Amino acid sequence: MPNKRGQAHFVAELEDTPVAAIDRLDESHKARSTWADAWDSMRRRPMFWISSVLILIIALVALFPGLFTSVSPNLDCQLSNSNGGPEAGHPFGFTRQGCDVYARTIFGTQASVTVGLLATGLVTLIGVVVGSLAGYYGGWLDAIVSRIGDIFFAIPTILGAIVLMSVLPAATPTSVAFVLAIFAWPQIARIMRGAVLTATNSDYVMASTALGVSKFRILMRHVIPNSIAPVIVIATVSLGTFIVAESTLSFLGIGLPTSVMSWGNDISQAQTSLVTNPQVLLYPAAALSITVLAFLMLGDILRDALDPKARALR
Amino acid sequence: MLWYTGRRVLQMIPVFFGATFLIYFMVFSLPGDPIAALYGDRPPAPGVIEQIRAQYNLDKPLIQQYLIYIGNFFQGDLGTTYSGRPVSDVMAGAFPITFRLAMLALVFEAFAGIFVGLVAGLRKGKWFDASALVVSLLLISVPTFVLGFLFRLVFGVQLGWFRTTVSSEAPWGELILPALVLASVSFAYIVRLTRASVADNLNADFVRTATAKGLSRRRVVTVHVLRNSLVPVVTFLGVDLGSLMVGAIITEGIFNINGVGGTVYKAIVLGESTTVVSFIAVMVVIFVLANLLVDLLYAALDPRIRYAK
Repeated sequence: MPNKRGQAHFVAELEDTPVAAIDRLDESHKARSTWADAWDSMRRRPMFWISSVLILIIALVALFPGLFTSVSPNLDCQLSNSNGGPEAGHPFGFTRQGCDVYARTIFGTQASVTVGLLATGLVTLIGVVVGSLAGYYGGWLDAIVSRIGDIFFAIPTILGAIVLMSVLPAATPTSVAFVLAIFAWPQIARIMRGAVLTATNSDYVMASTALGVSKFRILMRHVIPNSIAPVIVIATVSLGTFIVAESTLSFLGIGLPTSVMSWGNDISQAQTSLVTNPQVLLYPAAALSITVLAFLMLGDILRDALDPKARALR
Repeated sequence: MLWYTGRRVLQMIPVFFGATFLIYFMVFSLPGDPIAALYGDRPPAPGVIEQIRAQYNLDKPLIQQYLIYIGNFFQGDLGTTYSGRPVSDVMAGAFPITFRLAMLALVFEAFAGIFVGLVAGLRKGKWFDASALVVSLLLISVPTFVLGFLFRLVFGVQLGWFRTTVSSEAPWGELILPALVLASVSFAYIVRLTRASVADNLNADFVRTATAKGLSRRRVVTVHVLRNSLVPVVTFLGVDLGSLMVGAIITEGIFNINGVGGTVYKAIVLGESTTVVSFIAVMVVIFVLANLLVDLLYAALDPRIRYAK
């Protein structure tokens, strides 16, 4: 019975194996990668398309906020509109300062998404480099790197970020992302290290070594591409949690300065008029939650698609 | 098991010193002067600054400062707040309240989370499962402080079921609402974890054997499926202590509770570094200890762990 790769599937003694069986290998049949299989299983799920479309829209809003509103979030504020309800052209009503809530929600996207993306990028970069070096080369490098990772891992991300942010002057989206990444990288590094350890002991790595491929080249061409899947799943989910973390820091008053428009800042400022005008809090909070939700759903779907155990069950 | 325990305890020592040094380093040697922050916009006389720096050992080299600090830490002296109150004093008053709050939250998230997760896992793909998944995703994606505001607005202000702020004694009844807020995110994670684990175990060979030998469905589920599914959940509850402590900062800040979190919240807002550093150092120690306990518990529950490596 031919399997996916077009090979005949049977067990026979070596001397009984007819040479013809090898000739029968269909070499035009392309080997399917993990990613092609994952794509096949993902595209059949409506959740994948829902979260992808949401993320696309969020990316558009973050890149070109001007396309979605003609009202300025800062300049068109009129105190006479303070805490006003929705009206024509201002569907979400007004803040305490009389600014348009819809425009502020749209323009707040950029800072929040930037922090999330940048922090995720940094964490993935540090985690993949550190984790693969530790897992692949082992020895003293692994020992040192793993102990340093343990130290950072012992400090919960937000607790560390609170300490660091409360002493750092003037935060920007970049500095917030760096601070979050400093305390969050060990998680990815640990996962990467584990995956690299497994991949290093596999047959294809031994085959490459036997063929005389250099150690570093094996790491780059074979080990890392085969270990990156679990990291991508965690990175997708953590993008959402970084956005939540940024808003939490802003809520505590140690995140982005109030001059920077972000969902966290807007939610934080909305506390003062919460009882009289809850919509000022609801809309930026809803925007933030939808963004986080989109990345969580995508992470779930990626996990289902990339997890070999889950695939075997299906 | 003894060998494993000893190794894990030894591994914890450098982590403890590394983590506390890191926090100490961040607060006292990075740009941003805690003494200047104390005085706001109007700088005090230079002599005053010198005196305060000497009083808090800020004039000595960093490593010496840290050693003095950690030495005092072990003697139970956690420094004084800038208003002159010993930090250990503040902590002694604050800890029991946070402990009760965390207990309430833990009990709620454990019982409700495991129950909902079990039912969802047993009925995978049905409407209860689908709605449990949606609700848990929503709870994770809404930040704790937003949920806190909403709960306070709806149940406190509009329905009037609970008081919106907790009085200084923090009686159990007033802690229910903050505990629900605090537990929400972990509740969602426990639901997802239990659900996945139950669904996984339902397909396990030992469950098929139990069913095949004629055990009732009830006995199969409670004895075989649930008990085996609880291993990852129990370990999660230990690790969760870290997020509960972070959550307590937000929740106690919102509900004005005079616990550990509320104190840290106020100290952050006022920029009181010694208080923040001492409290967070203690939190990190608790977190490290909890992780150790979880590791040992995990090794006790699953022998494969302690023989690996």
